[in-house]
Amino acid sequence: MTSKTVTGILLDEKVSYSLHEVCRVCGSETEWVIELVEHGILQPSGQRRQEWQFGGSSLHTALKARRLQHDLGLNLAGVALALDLLDEIEVLRSRLGMLDADDK
Amino acid sequence: MDYKDYYEIMGVPRDATQDDIKKAYRKLARQYHPDVSDKPDAEQLFKDLGEAYKVLKDPEKRAAYDQLGANWKAGQEFRPPPDWDAGFEFSGRGFDAGNAEAFSDFFEELFGGGRGRAYAERGTSFDAHGEDHHAKVMIDLEDAYNGATRTISLRTPTVDASGRVITKERQLNVKIPKGVRKGQRIRLAGQGSPGMGRGRPGDLYLDVDFNPHRLFRVDGKDVYLDLPVTPWEAALGATVDIPTPTGRVDLTIPAGVGSGRKLRLKGRGIPGSPPGHLYAVLKLTLPPANTEKAKALFKKMREDLPYDPRKHLEG
Repeated sequence: MTSKTVTGILLDEKVSYSLHEVCRVCGSETEWVIELVEHGILQPSGQRRQEWQFGGSSLHTALKARRLQHDLGLNLAGVALALDLLDEIEVLRSRLGMLDADDK
Repeated sequence: MDYKDYYEIMGVPRDATQDDIKKAYRKLARQYHPDVSDKPDAEQLFKDLGEAYKVLKDPEKRAAYDQLGANWKAGQEFRPPPDWDAGFEFSGRGFDAGNAEAFSDFFEELFGGGRGRAYAERGTSFDAHGEDHHAKVMIDLEDAYNGATRTISLRTPTVDASGRVITKERQLNVKIPKGVRKGQRIRLAGQGSPGMGRGRPGDLYLDVDFNPHRLFRVDGKDVYLDLPVTPWEAALGATVDIPTPTGRVDLTIPAGVGSGRKLRLKGRGIPGSPPGHLYAVLKLTLPPANTEKAKALFKKMREDLPYDPRKHLEG
């Protein structure tokens, strides 16, 4: 069993990816990523497509969108809704965790 | 090898119609999907469901599976009878490009025999990206301040020389960078499943979560500490010695603060540019009135301090 130390990239707001890079990482067509932007699932900075820069968390969002679309047969409007609701649940859960801790 | 009861997994009777099976799949897929469910075993449940559906949705595979009989129990040691699939022609047998899912040994034994052939037929012209992998990594709050290295065990399905899918276990030491926050991901390019042909390997994504801490709570970049204070410290002000994730510091409590008041220690949250803050949340605690002297002091306060905390409740 080999054991080596590797360093990854932290997908935070400091890294950014071009449209081409997002497509390559997700193994998807340009058109699909453009549709994600049109549905507001991804929000790149920059006006024109050639200038688009996607934040680190976009990669994760795009991959999640692809899984939801593929596994559950959702259209992109459904994916966008599911992602918004999942984000909201996460925020509520974390607030709930803080409240529970306050009660102790 | 354990027998798998695909009907039980899908929660349908053995005589369910194809339509019932599809409906059950859709409902359970929404429930178990690892991106949706917060169950720790969601990924396994979803995989099992996918495997069960792959067999039951296909009338040929389902008939072959049914042929094994209904007397098997899930988890029972299983060996397929010789020639169990004689007379069945699997049209859908083989392999979906870029979708090298790891099904159970049970599935592989029954339906997986065609994979090697599928590779051989396609020869060198067959290229597919390797699958991406996901793993959760638990760190301590202190690791976010200092950075750390974690060892992660990964089970990767790979294809051996004869074309069979086998699961290999390997270990990877991963650097957790300083400043990482709960819920952030680390991408390790090329550390997923190997690609087929000229396809590039998949990536590994690590989901960072924090072990609960005895003293501190974390919210994004900010860290919270509940700090018990006495009534006289809150009323008169004081300097108290408090723990922080980077060591003990003196904190000045201003005079006249109430319970629940947050005192900010600027920049002492999780490091970054800008770093988060550490908040000490004051919790006013009362000394017990369990001695004559303590009771006398409380009585004196009652007499000498004109204070009505319920003034706003008066009608």
